[in-house]
Amino acid sequence: MGTLTEEIFSRRMGRPVHAGEIVVAPVDYAMAHDVTGPLAIEAFRKLDVPLWDPERVIMVFDHILPANTVASAGLHKIVRDFADEYGVTHVFQEGICHQLMVEKGFIRPGGIVVGADSHSTTYGALGCFSAGFGSTDIAVTFATGRTWFRIPETIRINLRGALPPGIFPKDLALKVIRMLGAEGANYLAVEWGGEAVAAMRVDERLTLANLTVDFGGKAGLCEPDEQTRLYLGDAAVVDLHPVGPEYRSVIEVDAEALQPQIACPPAIDNVQDLSVVEGTELDEVFVGSCANGRIEDLAIVADYFRGRQVSPRTRTIVVPASKAIYMEALARGYIQTFMEAGALVMNAGCGPCLGRQHGVLGPGERALSTSNRNYAGRMGSAQAEIYLANPAVAAASALAGMIADPRGIN
Amino acid sequence: MARIFKFGDGISTDAIIPGRYNVTTDPAALGKACFIEARPDFSATVQSGDVIVAGRNFGCGSSREHAPMAIKAAGVQAVVARSFARIFYRNATNIGLPVIQCDAIYDAVGDGDPVSIDIRSGGIDANGKMFQGETPGPVAVAIMEAGTLVDLIKTRGWAAIEEVS
Ligand code: SF4
Repeated sequence: MGTLTEEIFSRRMGRPVHAGEIVVAPVDYAMAHDVTGPLAIEAFRKLDVPLWDPERVIMVFDHILPANTVASAGLHKIVRDFADEYGVTHVFQEGICHQLMVEKGFIRPGGIVVGADSHSTTYGALGCFSAGFGSTDIAVTFATGRTWFRIPETIRINLRGALPPGIFPKDLALKVIRMLGAEGANYLAVEWGGEAVAAMRVDERLTLANLTVDFGGKAGLCEPDEQTRLYLGDAAVVDLHPVGPEYRSVIEVDAEALQPQIACPPAIDNVQDLSVVEGTELDEVFVGSCANGRIEDLAIVADYFRGRQVSPRTRTIVVPASKAIYMEALARGYIQTFMEAGALVMNAGCGPCLGRQHGVLGPGERALSTSNRNYAGRMGSAQAEIYLANPAVAAASALAGMIADPRGIN
Repeated sequence: MARIFKFGDGISTDAIIPGRYNVTTDPAALGKACFIEARPDFSATVQSGDVIVAGRNFGCGSSREHAPMAIKAAGVQAVVARSFARIFYRNATNIGLPVIQCDAIYDAVGDGDPVSIDIRSGGIDANGKMFQGETPGPVAVAIMEAGTLVDLIKTRGWAAIEEVS
């Protein structure tokens, strides 16, 4: 009985579990990356015990890839040495951790997964309870296979109607953030439902679950259904629904009335309709990240770029979220399209999203990004400005050199 | 006497320690870079025992534990905020940086005001006025008593948390 979260934890604990309870629960996998991993490893070594399970610990090099300074190479070495010493089998350097967790088959409906990265909420798109933690919590899971949870109450968000052409899940997520504010779901789980979600492919749901943490959510879940089966195959999908759930609140959003939404600097909840900021000149456009770096996102951008040139005053950077996506984009000709249009294409990983490698912003510069964070200083100088948008707006803006409406372009 | 460093709403972990400065696990280096762009004089002026008082959603954004580490290493005794982002609150508690949720203090104090805090009770004496912070949850109390999460699990295992749940 209960919300998706309560259902998942009740099954895991073998007894009814309700919001507000504190449980110590076994998890399926624990993930860390090249920035949070080293601190987790240091804390783990202090515990002075064997690794819980070398096959359930996942290490990803993605935030700084390949290493760009002696210091970052040092961080990578800490992770590699740990993986060698403890026989960690799942070590990846082929894309963003969250995309790989999903692609590599670690995520199952009904599962519980923890990650040393805030956007670990992403896996909720498949009906898995997943949340972000800091390095010390993850270290303790490395040691014991468990962590403690305060079972969160849930906000149910029903996205009504069908998405109009030119409107994407990113717009829905930003609209919800606009309505609820940057801490609207702090300490709470979010269930994404309604007709618009039922009609979405899994890649689109990943965007919703991803952005859940950006308004404070501990987890962002979608009910597993036919789309989940299409993505994972029948065998992997258990029957999982909210049963007589009691929600903290229920929010209804009309998808049909939506305009493209732009998160304006310097906060995720400073959201405006596109028309308000149209014409804002841009120094950089970034297409990628765990929010919108998937093949379907690249397809949208390639459609706009085909036979056109990006503005010479704007550097346009495209970063596929994973190697698999990169190779699919190669096979479909998107990479050639991006390069012919004048965009820079970088290796799969986090790219410029966190301002530590290629594509750093200088003082007074302005960027539009398909990622999920626009805090001052996020992508470089604290005097730079970041706008967040859907991939179609990013494409149109790259072509125009300023924030532009894609809906008028064929 | 300890002084207050006051910050506004929505202070992100990117403001506390930007991504370019957390390419290390060394607390001293993190402490030096604490608020390096948001408030460049912070690490040079903060003194051991000083207190951060902030608005809503302190520590939002990235889960980087470098953020509470940087604040702690800079010498800050405790962070008092109107509200905290969940992961930051948990990270700070896990590494032994006291975090106290208190709404009333925010509008009543300014930068540089004298302050003293009783971490155990959550009582805050600032500008001659008393404020009461919210009581932390049972797990946070257990961790605080042990010092850090690593200390708690190392000495008592999960039983320490199962007991209070
Ligand atoms: S793409 Fe950006 S938001 Fe996603 S994991 Fe990497 S740094 Fe974090």
